[in-house]
Amino acid sequence: MTAATTEVTAGETQTIVAARRLTGTKTVFIGVGRPSTAAILARMVHNPELILVYESGTIGAKPFHVPLSIGDGELAETADSIVSVPEMFNYWIGAGRIDVAFLGAAQIDRHANLNSTVIGDYEHPKTRLPGAGGAPEIAASCGEVIVIAPHAKRTFVEKLDFVTTVGHGDGPGAREQLGFRGKGPTAVITDLGVLEPDAQTCELVLTQIHPGVDVEVVRAETGWELEVAEDVKTTDPATDEELSALRELLDR
Amino acid sequence: MAQMMSLTDAVAELVSDGDSVALEGFTHLIPFGAGHEIIRQGRRELELIRMTPDLLYDQMIGMGVARRLVFSYGGNPGVGGLHRFRDAIENEWPRAVEIEEHSHAGMANRYAAGASDMPCAVMRGYVGTDLMTRTTAAPVTCPFTGEQLMAVPALRPDVGIVHAQEADRDGNVQLWGIPGVQKEVVLAAQRCLVTVERIVDELELRPGGIVIPEWVITAVAEAPGGSRPSYSLGITERDNDFYKFWDKLSRDRDQFTAWMDENVLGVLGQEVPAT
Repeated sequence: MTAATTEVTAGETQTIVAARRLTGTKTVFIGVGRPSTAAILARMVHNPELILVYESGTIGAKPFHVPLSIGDGELAETADSIVSVPEMFNYWIGAGRIDVAFLGAAQIDRHANLNSTVIGDYEHPKTRLPGAGGAPEIAASCGEVIVIAPHAKRTFVEKLDFVTTVGHGDGPGAREQLGFRGKGPTAVITDLGVLEPDAQTCELVLTQIHPGVDVEVVRAETGWELEVAEDVKTTDPATDEELSALRELLDR
Repeated sequence: MAQMMSLTDAVAELVSDGDSVALEGFTHLIPFGAGHEIIRQGRRELELIRMTPDLLYDQMIGMGVARRLVFSYGGNPGVGGLHRFRDAIENEWPRAVEIEEHSHAGMANRYAAGASDMPCAVMRGYVGTDLMTRTTAAPVTCPFTGEQLMAVPALRPDVGIVHAQEADRDGNVQLWGIPGVQKEVVLAAQRCLVTVERIVDELELRPGGIVIPEWVITAVAEAPGGSRPSYSLGITERDNDFYKFWDKLSRDRDQFTAWMDENVLGVLGQEVPAT
């Protein structure tokens, strides 16, 4: 199957756009799933020097396959350094040594705050989600955060059921007041487009749509009155190189 | 002095009903064998502590072992949710489980404080989140700079259990690969059990290996394959297919119970003689 002969899926575009954001990045902190795929793809196509840091303590891992878990053996075997969990969070994340972190969430609000704890009431949840993991401190202390999420109304909500992770809090000045060192979320990459926080209000604005996506569809899948940038760009289509590399990676 | 024991004897001697028990292993070196032995011996009312409950605590919670759960991420890594964990919290099946949740940074610092015999750890974290109202964390001011920081209480479990690659005949342990919080748990716990893949005449020190001396370990038990479906780097491989299989199987209470009957309850404890 060659890249040119098949349609690019929305998920592939999302991964490819995430990988492009790492072109000039030195260190990236990643969880499993699409962020991991995007970071490995970035190493293959855009930035072979990119340093991958996984929560399991593997710094500078160079996986050939997309790992299922953040602690797969291949990550330990290819890492430049392996550290304990307290060291990972205190010396590396907390001390602000990581440039970019990818995070996901079950819910996100207009200020890019994230919920990965519960849907519904905390005491009697409709859905109990996994919980915080490393996200709160990663979002506070890494240089910047890129959120990867499926664009759907149940994910992009007016109000979070639980604030697991602070993005831009209630708006301008919130992060400074909380003493966070990082810039917080600088982009939310979805399967429909890219949202970025407005420099003044910190509210997410649709700045980019993927090829073939209608802005009205993005509005309809967002649970609040979505701001759309005047000069909203269309994502550059996936190149043959990007697409072949991504498909080859997932076939390994 | 570490006692060399069989897994069956070690669990019987170290773990009692009502204890707080931390079985750790951050994706790597998860002590499944010891957890299964706790289930087989019918322990009840345990306070189970673990950063990432993973499949092992999903099994223990589903078998009704836990009264309380202290954790930071209750997911099946890379696959999805933990269905027995969810069923216990959402529907109180097979029983209600009280929870106390933290972030990874909080849990890791709590273990480090326990290992240091400090009452608490000081860190940056939790601020601005709803976790603050649901957990044990309290703001403190740095006496030197005035910076607002967060204190979290030390974890000092009654029992700490971890898996490692090998031990010598005196009970000195060596592990390598992802170290997680293995050393912190051993040092934070009142009593600790280390299960190992193999017992060797002499530890061959490895680059990046962590040696835990026998005089801080209560018991060592040989349990080959004792981290499966997790893994012990260099000896066994992570069974990623099992993690995916578990996602399907564990959705259904009856299928779960039948699987546990056949694969855990129905299996005799590993009667490995003490060496």
